[in-house]
Amino acid sequence: MHSIPSVRTYVTIWAILTIMTFVTYYVAQIELGAWNIVVALLIAFFKMMLVILFFMNVKAESPLTKLFAGAGFFWMILLLGQFFIDYVSRGWMPEGKMW
Amino acid sequence: MAQQFDSATLGMWVFLLTEIMFFGGMFGAYTVYRGLYPEAFASTSQFMNPLFGAMNTAVLIVSSLTMALAVRAARLGEQKALQLFLIFTMIFGLAFLVIKGFEYHEHWVDMKVPLFGGHWDYSEAPQFARQAQIMFCFYFFMTGFHALHMVVGLGLMTTIFLMARRGTFSPSYFTPVEISGLYWHFVDIVWIFLFPLLYLIGRTKKLI
Repeated sequence: MHSIPSVRTYVTIWAILTIMTFVTYYVAQIELGAWNIVVALLIAFFKMMLVILFFMNVKAESPLTKLFAGAGFFWMILLLGQFFIDYVSRGWMPEGKMW
Repeated sequence: MAQQFDSATLGMWVFLLTEIMFFGGMFGAYTVYRGLYPEAFASTSQFMNPLFGAMNTAVLIVSSLTMALAVRAARLGEQKALQLFLIFTMIFGLAFLVIKGFEYHEHWVDMKVPLFGGHWDYSEAPQFARQAQIMFCFYFFMTGFHALHMVVGLGLMTTIFLMARRGTFSPSYFTPVEISGLYWHFVDIVWIFLFPLLYLIGRTKKLI
């Protein structure tokens, strides 16, 4: 069926995930201003990709499964993107002059 | 068989997509309110215990490792290893919920539970008292729904474990192990995002 990853691969991924947890914990104590949240989310995204590609083994799945996994992010970005465009832009339009 | 396995995996991913939307809505609402009240949200994080949060992250990551190893054992037909790894996964899952329980207890003692009529006192920073309630509601809803998913996951693991003991799985049939594993890892991913967003904001200053 699919190739079976070695125990070594899994343990390595686990070690990286654990190290990244410590990194995110300590980076949060350093004042980076607006960058704190960016760094935290980048680390979380990196950890998520490791879990998806290796633990969930999407790397070895069929192209259709990969497409569906990717589509999830696409819809999520669309949802959150439009959501924030709405909230950020409220009050930008001159009142009573629409259409 | 290979085709059945692929369609089952695909079906599980479709279910996980609905789960992404479910949690995505909460993450979106959280972001909007955090953008509105950044100081209040940062101030509430003084009442979160990031050590508990970090410990729980570590526990969940180990449980994901044992889950991945359980799936591997099932593929190789190693029955004993499969059962052992499933037990480890359940133990770590339970440990997560126990730690979470201690945390909730701490919030209750601190009077930081604005739900169910309110067990609430925010006299440490009265200027944020109202907005801080919003943050704590997000905290309890997001971690609460996550914990609920953990409970469902433990139920799944128990079922898979009983099936494994009956010798249901073999290298040619291990689909239930695989797709329960996908669910378990998904719940882990949700926590990977909850941890920095709820516990690690405003850690650089003393706000109270």
